[in-house]
Amino acid sequence: MAKVKMSKKSTRIDMAAMCDIAFLLLTFFIMTSTAKLPEPVEVTTPASTVQIKLPDVNLATITVANKSAYFGAIGQDVRKLMLEKMSEKYGIEFTEEEKQRFSLIESFGVDIRALKSLIALDSGERMKPGVQTGIPFDSINNQLVDWIQSAREANVQLLIDKNVPKKDQKDMDIAIKGDAKEEYPTIKRVIDILQSKKKNNFFLVTGLRGEDF
Amino acid sequence: MAELNTAPKDDGKKKVRSKKSNPAVDLTAMVDLAFLLITFFMLTTTLSKPQSMDLAMPDKDEQIDDENPKAETPAWRTLTLVLGSGDNVAYYIGSLDNPQPGGEPVIAKYGKNGIRQVILKKSKEVQADPRRTKNDETLVIIIKPSEKSTYKNLVDILDEMAITQEKRYAIVDITPEDVQMLTEKKAY
Repeated sequence: MAKVKMSKKSTRIDMAAMCDIAFLLLTFFIMTSTAKLPEPVEVTTPASTVQIKLPDVNLATITVANKSAYFGAIGQDVRKLMLEKMSEKYGIEFTEEEKQRFSLIESFGVDIRALKSLIALDSGERMKPGVQTGIPFDSINNQLVDWIQSAREANVQLLIDKNVPKKDQKDMDIAIKGDAKEEYPTIKRVIDILQSKKKNNFFLVTGLRGEDF
Repeated sequence: MAELNTAPKDDGKKKVRSKKSNPAVDLTAMVDLAFLLITFFMLTTTLSKPQSMDLAMPDKDEQIDDENPKAETPAWRTLTLVLGSGDNVAYYIGSLDNPQPGGEPVIAKYGKNGIRQVILKKSKEVQADPRRTKNDETLVIIIKPSEKSTYKNLVDILDEMAITQEKRYAIVDITPEDVQMLTEKKAY
């Protein structure tokens, strides 16, 4: 019988292939994740057990903090058209470049008369505390309701332009993102403003928690 | 173990490594790092989608229809929650000026041992009440937030509605009598 030769097999595995796959997956996740954009004011939303996802498109968010309101709509074309409608309502002209810069701002909170100077600022400068003091929404100067209406009108107009059939033309969804410590009267005012324009269904942005509280 | 083509360490604890002609780098550590980063990005993208809860309010100026007049809910199956200051909530059954037996205003706390028990108990009582004639006659909850309550209080109460699966509730304006009641109970 031949002598069985015990072959000395090397137990080293080349990890290069696994490393390649790992970095491929990593690149995929980096590409598909959206970076969190800075907000004009930091809001800690209250938590709730209800898990309804906010829609990705067709949404406008009213952020309420420190008794002031900030507004943001999703979609660059929606924002641009919304600004055009607001400039008609208030008689303030914006250049094409300003409109373009505005359409890149996710959320803002200034009086419309101060909007031009806000657009001119750098994005880093805009988010400094104290720069954006909120959109006025008291009974004599209710700009918030005009922004909401302009956003809804812009949304409908874009849907019509895209030849979406009438039955599929949904109104824009509104979400209220309020700070947990905000006093109820401010929130009530925002809800009243929405109800005055026949918007009775909206989302409240919340964190997530279990039932044990 | 892979070896780099460095001079062998001679500290006496490790074995003297043999020199290899082609250096090979062990990539296990790099793979660990890569998977750590993957896990980080996977988790942060799922967390970035904000949660929400929806709120439906009744139409503000609803027309009073003569054919279907707005029916008043009988007092025995209403539970009114008045949100006061300092995370206090007062509840009573029926109306303030004409309280139901055992339905005087009481202060409670939020949470599963507080207001949730109250709601569940009252819901069961309504189900078992002999005055109940039809199946759709369930507990109706009236939520009255006061000016001293916070947004968190409101969301907590709406959350309780979702947890206890109460579908019939309404957010209404607070009345001066309720404010007086809260002041008496030191919750305003």
